[in-house]
Amino acid sequence: MQMSGARMVIEAMRLEGVDTVFGYPGGAIMNVYDEIYKQNDFKHILTRHEQAAVHAADGYARATGKVGVAFVTSGPGFTNAVTGLATAYMDSVPLVVISGQVPLSLIGTDAFQEIDATGISRACTKHNYLVRSAAELPRILKEAFYIAASGRPGPVHIDIPKDVTAEMAEFVYPDHVDIPTYRPTTKGNIRQIKKAVEAICEAKRPVFYLGGGVIHADAAELVRELVALTQIPAVETLMARGTLRHDDPLLLGMVGMHGSYQANMAMSEADLMIALGPRFDDRVTGKLSEFAKHARIIHVDIDPSSIGKLVSVDYPIVGDLKEVLAVMTPKLKERVDPARYEAWRKILARYNEIHPMRYEDSDEVIKPQWVIQRVGELLGERAVVSTDVGQHQMWTAQFYPFSYPRQLITSGGLGTMGFGFPAAIGAKRGRPDKISVNFSGDGSILMNIQELVTAVESRLPVVNIILNNHYLGMVRQWQTFFYDKRYAETDLSFQPDFVKLAEACGGVGYRVESKEAFDEALKDAVDKGVVAVIDVVVDRYENVLPMVPSGGTLYNMMLEFKD
Amino acid sequence: MKNERRVISVIVKNEHSVLSRITGLFAARGYNIEALTVAPIPESDMSRLTIETRGNVRVIEQIIKQLHKLIPTYKVIEHEEMIEKEMVLIKFPINESLANIQALCEAYNGGIANVSSHHIITMVADEPKRVKHFIEAARRFHPEEIVRGGVVAMERE
Ligand SMILES: Cc1ncc(C[n+]2csc(CCOP(=O)(O)OP(=O)(O)O)c2C)c(N)n1
Repeated sequence: MQMSGARMVIEAMRLEGVDTVFGYPGGAIMNVYDEIYKQNDFKHILTRHEQAAVHAADGYARATGKVGVAFVTSGPGFTNAVTGLATAYMDSVPLVVISGQVPLSLIGTDAFQEIDATGISRACTKHNYLVRSAAELPRILKEAFYIAASGRPGPVHIDIPKDVTAEMAEFVYPDHVDIPTYRPTTKGNIRQIKKAVEAICEAKRPVFYLGGGVIHADAAELVRELVALTQIPAVETLMARGTLRHDDPLLLGMVGMHGSYQANMAMSEADLMIALGPRFDDRVTGKLSEFAKHARIIHVDIDPSSIGKLVSVDYPIVGDLKEVLAVMTPKLKERVDPARYEAWRKILARYNEIHPMRYEDSDEVIKPQWVIQRVGELLGERAVVSTDVGQHQMWTAQFYPFSYPRQLITSGGLGTMGFGFPAAIGAKRGRPDKISVNFSGDGSILMNIQELVTAVESRLPVVNIILNNHYLGMVRQWQTFFYDKRYAETDLSFQPDFVKLAEACGGVGYRVESKEAFDEALKDAVDKGVVAVIDVVVDRYENVLPMVPSGGTLYNMMLEFKD
Repeated sequence: MKNERRVISVIVKNEHSVLSRITGLFAARGYNIEALTVAPIPESDMSRLTIETRGNVRVIEQIIKQLHKLIPTYKVIEHEEMIEKEMVLIKFPINESLANIQALCEAYNGGIANVSSHHIITMVADEPKRVKHFIEAARRFHPEEIVRGGVVAMERE
C-alpha cells in the first residue's frame, strides 16, 4: 500500500504492538504528529520536556521488558532527549527514539533547528539511522525494534527528515529481520559450560555475582532455581536488585561501593566467581588489582566485549543467560553437592553478624532509611520503585525489600538526576497494577518537576517521596569525608514549597515531619490514587554506609564515619 | 603489558556514516589509529578498512570486540600470517640525480611515476618497514613532499 513516511511510522508502531508513545511535537516532526491525531492504536503521552519523554519510555521499558518508544522534534527537541538516550544506553535499555529532522535538501546548511542528530547520538545509542527516503523506512523501523531488543539491548535512534515523512512510498512491513552483519550469539559454548560446571563443583568458596543482564534476559526465575539448587551465596549489583527475594537466605545483599559487608567480603574471599550478566563496573569492583584476587572467574554475558574488558576471565561464556542456564542447571543438578559450601556459608553468615546492614534510628528526626523500610513494610511487593540519584538511591537499594525482577528502576550507569519521576510515570503506564513510588532527593526532584503536569493530566499516579535533607546529599557526604566539610554549593536550604508546587500542578502535596504523619500521608496518597509529593524532612547529616571510597578495595570498607 | 603494533582489517556494510562509527569508536575509547585505509570491495555492498593500531593485548582484544559490536560490521580480521603493503609517493626537485633516484626506487619495488620540468615523482609499494627505510634513504635527495598511503593487508592463505 502507498502511504506517507509519517503514516508508516504509525503503522510500524501498530505492527510492533506499541501501546504507548511518550513525546513532544515540533516543526520537523509535525507530519508524524498529524498522523498520531488520526489514529487510535496507541496512546501518546505528552511529557513537558523531551528528556522526560525518553526517561518515561525508559521506565516503561524497564518495568515491562518491552521496547520503550519516544518521539521528539529536531534541534533542541533532539538535544533535550540526549540525556535520556545516554541513560538508557549505559543501562542497556531497549528504546526506539524517533526524531524529526530538517528536510533532506536543507541538511548541512545550518537550517533552522538543524543539528547533526545522528552524529550526536552515535556515542550513546546501540545504533542509529538517518533516513534518506520513505522507501527504506519500513525496513529501518523493523530493524530498529529488532536491534533495540535483541542481543545486549539498547536504545536505537531514527532521525527522519521532514520531507521523508511527507514522501509517499510503498509500505510493506518486513516480517523478519536479516542483518548479515548483526547476529548476536545466544547459545553458550557447550565445552565452556561444562568446564564452568566442573569449576563450580570443585570450588570451596564460590559466589554468584548477579548483574543487570539477569534482568534484561528475563532470567531471574532460572537464577533463583540455580541458587536454590546449588546453595551458593549470591551478591547483586544495583541493576540486579530483585533477582532474588530480599528474604532469600542466600542473598548477601548489594555489592560494591555501598554494598553490604558480607557481600563485599564474599567477593574478596571467594575462590570462584560466577558472574551472570554483570559488567564489572568500577563502582562494584573498587581497585581492580585487588578485585577478586583469589578467585577464578566464570563470566556469562550476551556481549562478548563485556567479557575480559576489565578483568581476566577464566571461563568466558558468550550467550543469552536463559539459554546458557537452561544447559548449565541440569548439568549442575547431577553433580553439585550443596553441603560442600556449608563452611563458606557459615563464614559469610558470621561476617553478617559482625557487620550487618544497619542504621541508627532516632526519635528526634526521621532517618531516611526508616522511610524506605517503612514503605517496604506498607507497600512491599505492591510497589514498583523508581529512584533519582544520590544518597536516597543508595538507601533504596540497600533497604527496600525487593522481591521481584524489574521492581527497582534506577539509573545505574549514567547516574542521571531527574530520571526517577518520569521513569516512574512510564513504569506506572507499563504496570498499572502496581503502585508507582519514586524515591527522590530535594535536588533531583527539581530536575524534572514539570512532569507533575504530565502525570496529573495522563492520570498516572506516582507517589514521589522526597527524602529532604536540604542538601545535594551525596555530594555533601563526599565533602564531609574527603573535602574537610567545605560544602561548596551543596546547601539547598532555600527551596520551593513542595506542597504548593504539587498543588499548583494538580497533584497533592504532603509535608511530613514525624513518622506518624508519614504513614498517614502515604496511606492517603495510595488510597486516593493521586499524583503525590510527600516531602519528608529527614536527618540532614545522615551518610550512606558502608562505603568503599573510590578506588579503594572491597575488603577495606568504611563502616562508620567518626567526626 | 607490552604495547604492540597490530594490523586489523574490518569488513563493513557500505552505508552512510559507517566510517565515522569506526573512527568515533577509536576516539571515544581512547584507542589510537596509526594508519587507516578504506575502499569498497569490488562487486559487493561492503567496504574494507585496514587499520594499523597499537596497544597491549587487552586493548587489542577490546578493539576487536568493539569493532565487532558495531551493527554494520560484517567481519573483523586480526592478521596473523599476512602480506602487508604500503604505498608512498615522493616528490623530488628536478636538479637531483634522476638515475640515482631511479636506482633507489627500484631497490624498493618502485619506480619513477612522473617527471615534469620542475619535479620528479616516485612511487614505491612495499612492506611498511621497507617503506620506512626507503623514506630514510630518500632523504639525501631532498624530498619536497612525501605522501604515504597507509597499510593494506591480506591473509597469506
Ligand atoms: C544530572 C546530574 N547532575 C549532577 C549529578 C551529580 N550528583 C550526584 S548525586 C548528587 C546529589 C543529589 O542530591 P539529591 O537529589 O538531593 O539526593 P540526596 O543525595 O540528597 O539523596 C549530585 C549533584 C548527577 N548525578 N546528575
